[in-house]
Amino acid sequence: MQIKTKPLAGAIPLFQLTSRRNTLNMKKTHIALLIFIAVAIAVLVSYMGDLSTYDTVASARQKEGKFVHLIAKLDKSQPVEYDPVKNPNYMKFIAVDTLGHSTVVIYHNSKPTDFEKSERLVLKGSMQNGQFECKEMLMKCPSKYKEDVQANGTNLTAN
Amino acid sequence: MNYIGEHLLPGQLGHFFVVLALVASAIATYAYARSVQAPADDERNWRRMGRVAFIINACSVFLVFGTIFYIVYNHYFEYYYAWNHTSRDLSTKYLFAAIWEGQEGSFLLWSIWQGVIGLLLLRRRNKWEAPVMAVVAFSQFLLSTMFIGLVFGDVKIGSNPFVLVREMFAYAPVFQRPDYLMMPQMQDGQGLGQALQNYWMVIHPPVLFLGLAATIVPFAYAIAGIWRKDYGGWTKIALPWNLFAAAALGLGIMMGAAWAYESLTFGGFWAWDPVENASLVPWLVLVAGIHTQVVYNATGHSLRATTFFFVLTYSFSLFESFLTRSGVLGDSSVHSFVSAGMNLQLLLQLLLFLVPGIILFSIHYKRIPHIAKEEEASSREFWMFIGSLVLFLSGIVITWQTSFTPIYNKITGKTTAMPEDPEFAYNKIQIFVAIVIALLTGAAQYLKYKKTGKSVFLKKSWLPFTIALAITLLFSFSTGLHYDAKGAGFLGALYLGLFAGMYTLVANIMYIWSGLNGRMKAAGASIAHFGFGVLLVGIIIAASNKKVLSLNTSGIMLRFAPSAKQNPMENLTLIKGMKTDMGDYWTTYVNNDSTNAHATMIYYRIDMARKDSSEAFTLYPNLIRNTKGQENFSNNPDSRHYWNKDIFSYISYADDIDKREDTATFKPHTLKLGDTVYYSNGFVILNKVVPNPAEGKYHFAPTDTALMADLTVVSKEGSRYGAKPVFYVEDNEARYMMDTVFSQNLAIGFSKVLANQQIELQLKESKAMVPYVALKVYEFPHINLVWLGTLITVAGFVMSIIYRRRQGRLKAVNS
Repeated sequence: MQIKTKPLAGAIPLFQLTSRRNTLNMKKTHIALLIFIAVAIAVLVSYMGDLSTYDTVASARQKEGKFVHLIAKLDKSQPVEYDPVKNPNYMKFIAVDTLGHSTVVIYHNSKPTDFEKSERLVLKGSMQNGQFECKEMLMKCPSKYKEDVQANGTNLTAN
Repeated sequence: MNYIGEHLLPGQLGHFFVVLALVASAIATYAYARSVQAPADDERNWRRMGRVAFIINACSVFLVFGTIFYIVYNHYFEYYYAWNHTSRDLSTKYLFAAIWEGQEGSFLLWSIWQGVIGLLLLRRRNKWEAPVMAVVAFSQFLLSTMFIGLVFGDVKIGSNPFVLVREMFAYAPVFQRPDYLMMPQMQDGQGLGQALQNYWMVIHPPVLFLGLAATIVPFAYAIAGIWRKDYGGWTKIALPWNLFAAAALGLGIMMGAAWAYESLTFGGFWAWDPVENASLVPWLVLVAGIHTQVVYNATGHSLRATTFFFVLTYSFSLFESFLTRSGVLGDSSVHSFVSAGMNLQLLLQLLLFLVPGIILFSIHYKRIPHIAKEEEASSREFWMFIGSLVLFLSGIVITWQTSFTPIYNKITGKTTAMPEDPEFAYNKIQIFVAIVIALLTGAAQYLKYKKTGKSVFLKKSWLPFTIALAITLLFSFSTGLHYDAKGAGFLGALYLGLFAGMYTLVANIMYIWSGLNGRMKAAGASIAHFGFGVLLVGIIIAASNKKVLSLNTSGIMLRFAPSAKQNPMENLTLIKGMKTDMGDYWTTYVNNDSTNAHATMIYYRIDMARKDSSEAFTLYPNLIRNTKGQENFSNNPDSRHYWNKDIFSYISYADDIDKREDTATFKPHTLKLGDTVYYSNGFVILNKVVPNPAEGKYHFAPTDTALMADLTVVSKEGSRYGAKPVFYVEDNEARYMMDTVFSQNLAIGFSKVLANQQIELQLKESKAMVPYVALKVYEFPHINLVWLGTLITVAGFVMSIIYRRRQGRLKAVNS
């Protein structure tokens, strides 16, 4: 028995399931398209699962062990422990977030140059036993690319 | 107030040309658009008007650029552009880099290239001139608004590159004085960002922007086809242009990768940074479109897909421009422009192309010719279409991953961030894209259009398949891939990718003889695909077998890092003058030197010698002082190149850049033989006192008056070190030579000989005592394949451009 169907007037042509002969045969390219789109969506959904979050010290503590991006500042009143002669891959300092909570941060890498002058830190890592084990960090002040117009303006008046 | 010493004429001229460029492009757009619609006799007049207006626009844009260069070259620091982006010590080539450091300059570069492309396009006086040029002129118009610099209340249209410093910072008190230019802060500019002070930065943006500007051509032709209702008539003449765009954009992207590799320290040539993705995605979509275009030219299939891809190519170029320039990326990118307050304008620029493009495409979709009978599964066009689809979707996925987080956060106010390993999030998807594309690229060459007999295909394609398999197996068993950090599954995918790359490489080079009978003229595609194979193989080997050489192996470090196993211990401390063990090498930090008067660059001489003494060489990684009032340094790597690998090094920490004050002082201690003195991390024993020592570094004669204290330093951890300070008399004066125990930060002097067989030792503990650097060293095997593959691919594109141009001309003559 032949099923007679009329293509819907408003259907999106790419997903048109009916061919001219009005059978339910799809073109190979359309099948491939659907498969690829399904794969792409699956891939993107799994990507969403991998996403991390920006956190404060308090919220990072709640997610102990989970990978987060901690946004904080260096506590400049406390010493930064870094002695490359003993170990160039160990640095310890205190970070404070905007809410005033602070945490010890351990960073197993070399100290970024002029770390003490940074204004803001994005610390990537996780809380482990009350300490933040940092795997990677971004510093706000030594931005290589962004020129800070305002900072330049301040220079102008300060000089 | 009359200010003294300002040069206002160039700025006024420059601004005049900015306005002229804007007006001329508007007229060109209007005139060309009228020409498309007008009846035959009117048509020519409109077209002539459009042409003249476009030429004026292109020349004006060029003059704007010339004026900026003039200002920058003459150090007219009253102009904000010169003051903010340059300084007197910049060499001329970096003045160019300084011009495209700012948004205005990079838009200008784009606009110049688009002008040049327009001038070349309008030389061809056919029915496509008017609609194509209308689109190009419109794009030129929108670009011109980017540097017009009009302000209506809160709304800012464009950013004027000729604004003066005193206009920019009108509040600064210094501008109360008419002679403000004499003030020291106006005598020099803020300098070029240190990362941009690299020759790649001089040449790669022009190439990249040439490619980006050229993506307007396929878009303009696709729109022109719809406009003229000659939907497929343009595909042959546009093909060389599209190939050119892909070649320039591809080359520009890889030159950017070379810059990142040489100048940045993320330890590689690709990091899936939004700026990199921004130029990659338009390229992917463009290449997808080129393949469907070739399919259409050969078979009549895939015209709809071609039109769709080309409409999107330019939109992607604009979208990525929006992403990187608007500042929405914020923390997720290390390098994007700072927002210049033109986000709305950038978004409009995108929407004004995307929305009409998509609407036109949708309205005309049904009318765009297509062949009802579908492609055979054994046909080349079917698999080329599949490949194009994969490329396109890969671009979509990359775009989504790049832009989801910042845009989603902006809209919802949530705080999502990139995944833990953002590079892997891309790699684990794109490796499969690479496998599929490479296999298709290799196999599709052996398929014929319309239909391929199974036996013919197998007869010709078994050999390249076998050869590729053999090479891959040989490599796998001899060298292998060593990236197991992401588990066996991903490593397997890498091996598969390696094979796919080898296959596409072998299959395409063999096809030149087995399929084209050695006709090199027609072999452009095969060469480009071969280059792609080389590139892919290079990427997979270099990235998976990248090795850290500077692993911290020296004994004193280990106890400080209880979690050493799971953490990268990739920096090695080198104490000045001390030979240090680094895997297969002995490494010595010899000294450092700055090369120019401002001490903006400090070179560190690092001597490397293989332990089997087969080779010794010197690396000069350096640090550049940051510009623009920031006090830190940036590191600049140095590499040693071999045919099959690079040794890549950079200074990850250097002590004297902090210029810490040495506040520690010497403390005197009195000892007898056998006595001990304590210091913070252990104690020192006086073993004996030797008169006139002639051992080690000392060469005293028996007639001298010298005493050496033989000491043993014992640290808390039980390490023992020898120290031998000397006290001697010369010219009737007492002098002493200190000895140091670097690893204990201990300096010891033998300062006095006292009565009762006692001596006085001076001990100092200081961290600032020893000059040292922390060094990171990588080995990149077969990185040259990446660059070689790029060059071959571009060469293949160029061959195709020449070949297709001839084909297009022949077609025009015959028809």
